[in-house]
Amino acid sequence: MKIAIASGKGGTGKTTLSTNLASYIAESRICVLSDLDVEEPNSGLFIKAELIHKEDKFKMIPEWEKSKCELCGNCQAVCNFNAVLKMGKMIMVFPELCHGCYACSELCPTDSLPMKQKKMGELKSYKNGNLNFIESKLIIGEEQAVPLIKQTIAYVDDNFGEDVIKIFDSPPGTSCPVIEATRDADFVILVTEPTPFGLHDLKLAVETVKQMRIPFGVVINRHGIGNDSVELYCKEENIAIITTIPNDRLIAETYSQGKLLYPTIPSVKEAVISISEYIENINSQKEGETK
Amino acid sequence: MKIVFTAKGTDMDAAMDPRFGRTEYFVIFDEDSKSVDSFDNRAIEGEAHGAGPKTAQKLGELGAEVLITGNGPGGNAATVLKTMGTEVLVGAGDMTVTEAYDAYKAGSLKKV
Amino acid sequence: MKEIVVISGKGGTGKTSITASLAYLGGEDLIIADCDVDAADMHLLMAPDFGQSEDFYSGEIAYIDQDACIKCGKCQDVCRFDAIPVIDTQYVVDPLGCEGCGYCARVCPTDAITNSQPKVGEVYVSNVRTGTTMIHARLSIGADNSGKLVAKVKNEAKTLAEKENKIAVLVDGSPGVGCPVVSSLSGASFVILVTEPTVSGLHDLKRVYELVKKFGIKAGCIINKADLNEAVADDVKKFLKEEDIVLLSEIPYNVKFTEAMTNGKTIVEYDEDLGKKISESWTKITDIVGIEI
Repeated sequence: MKIAIASGKGGTGKTTLSTNLASYIAESRICVLSDLDVEEPNSGLFIKAELIHKEDKFKMIPEWEKSKCELCGNCQAVCNFNAVLKMGKMIMVFPELCHGCYACSELCPTDSLPMKQKKMGELKSYKNGNLNFIESKLIIGEEQAVPLIKQTIAYVDDNFGEDVIKIFDSPPGTSCPVIEATRDADFVILVTEPTPFGLHDLKLAVETVKQMRIPFGVVINRHGIGNDSVELYCKEENIAIITTIPNDRLIAETYSQGKLLYPTIPSVKEAVISISEYIENINSQKEGETK
Repeated sequence: MKIVFTAKGTDMDAAMDPRFGRTEYFVIFDEDSKSVDSFDNRAIEGEAHGAGPKTAQKLGELGAEVLITGNGPGGNAATVLKTMGTEVLVGAGDMTVTEAYDAYKAGSLKKV
Repeated sequence: MKEIVVISGKGGTGKTSITASLAYLGGEDLIIADCDVDAADMHLLMAPDFGQSEDFYSGEIAYIDQDACIKCGKCQDVCRFDAIPVIDTQYVVDPLGCEGCGYCARVCPTDAITNSQPKVGEVYVSNVRTGTTMIHARLSIGADNSGKLVAKVKNEAKTLAEKENKIAVLVDGSPGVGCPVVSSLSGASFVILVTEPTVSGLHDLKRVYELVKKFGIKAGCIINKADLNEAVADDVKKFLKEEDIVLLSEIPYNVKFTEAMTNGKTIVEYDEDLGKKISESWTKITDIVGIEI
């Protein structure tokens, strides 16, 4: 069972929800939380667990071998990303710009650009009881988030069975990284806040998940601030509001200290309980279907 | 010595373009012959990513020995310029090309 | 003409609300550029008229002409992005998966594949309620913000600012640390970093400042929700001091901040105390940048 937690806008409480929900679920069963916001992974700041595994993640990029190169410039001509440039008598490769399409390498008449592994980031796996936390982080300056997201999801799939609840904290926005992070999910939870900014970005996120045809529901964070436009929108569009989390200065303060909220704040505990019940419900429906 | 400026126009009176990768023009001043030439770099607008290294490559083709610009090239472009051995001076983003040249001569621009 | 860029690294710090307030204070003397294209929200506070719009094309996407296709499967073999599935016995391009590398078209024996630049969004030139013009954009689903789009928005803003003799362009910068934020920073005269005293806020501030430093641009910082966590706020201030970043203002945590937004108002219009904090930052900014507004 894969749940993606997403939001159109940054800062709506995606990470707060992911970390609290995963920690709560792990009180009673095995749960994996994976932070796919690989450019700015923040979930780890809230999870206290022991590092059990670490691995470098690589992407394939071409590396110039001078000896056979005839400087024909075909590599530069076939690269759509300005990642290979012919500079006088040498070929320069810019790993951050490379999408790893292999065109320059495989179309090189003298095989002078073999594909080699290049580190793009690091994956870390942590464990605390039932809670497994997988985090990947892109090297700064590295521009391609999608390959690392793909590999992180693959790592989670390889190491945990179908029956484990997997929670993916997705990157913000509606661009490629979000799509990569959510496309395999069984269900998407969209976190929003009841403000004009929140509503505007929620609409974009809804369009995105609808296009991917993934079932989804909404959690309204900071409920009570702002207005009821998000609720009205959800009603009109027949979108399930799974739960709401009230606006509370204590929540903001506890968050600022890098602490989990549900152990000390009852309203958050209620919210995570209702979300986890909601998930269990979908899960049993899903299992019913497969049987 | 060939000195290249990132500029918004084509002569020595033009305002500097503080950007490197997406600069509109290069003004090329040849100190030996005192001649002024320019290069139209506006085609770079079409590049979604990697404008920096692409522009740096152009600079190499123009035979620039010194580059004078505003905020300076980013990482990739800086690598290219270093490989080519181009001297890079920054901090001239608010000047005209002539003022930038004078500042360079006076040694008041920052070397990268 | 100066260029003032506001960035934050982390989402939800109040960057856009603060930028809109600065836009209000600067009024007619500024041109506004919203380069936070992934979550372009400033228009909600500025009441733009979407006066002119222009389609924006970027990148490439493959298309397979089924009449010319001989179903040899070479395109699928070379595609590293699994973007050419076979659907109903036809090789088709999955537009969400296609990275636009163009490799498939290069190996197609019958030239059945063409690459075109897809429309990925729209760029608007709007009159806004602060008596000036705002350049903003909207991206299509699955489209990536890019250095190209940011440069386009900023260029339009700068050209207009020069034509109309404006004093500065105010840029709501892109999030993250990638190409769009590099493009947002390129050409900046001054950078305003908006942060909050949370563990993640400080973490992201440090990360994005690495970029600002690389460009050697003078920076100032606004700490929003400053009284939320004194210990982290002290860490933020320590960091600012070490890096010689000007502390522009500390804005206390206040629900009025969000209330203003809900009412479609900037903070300076809505609440006097919070407004004062922002005006005080604005005075410092204009002093440092050397402009009179």
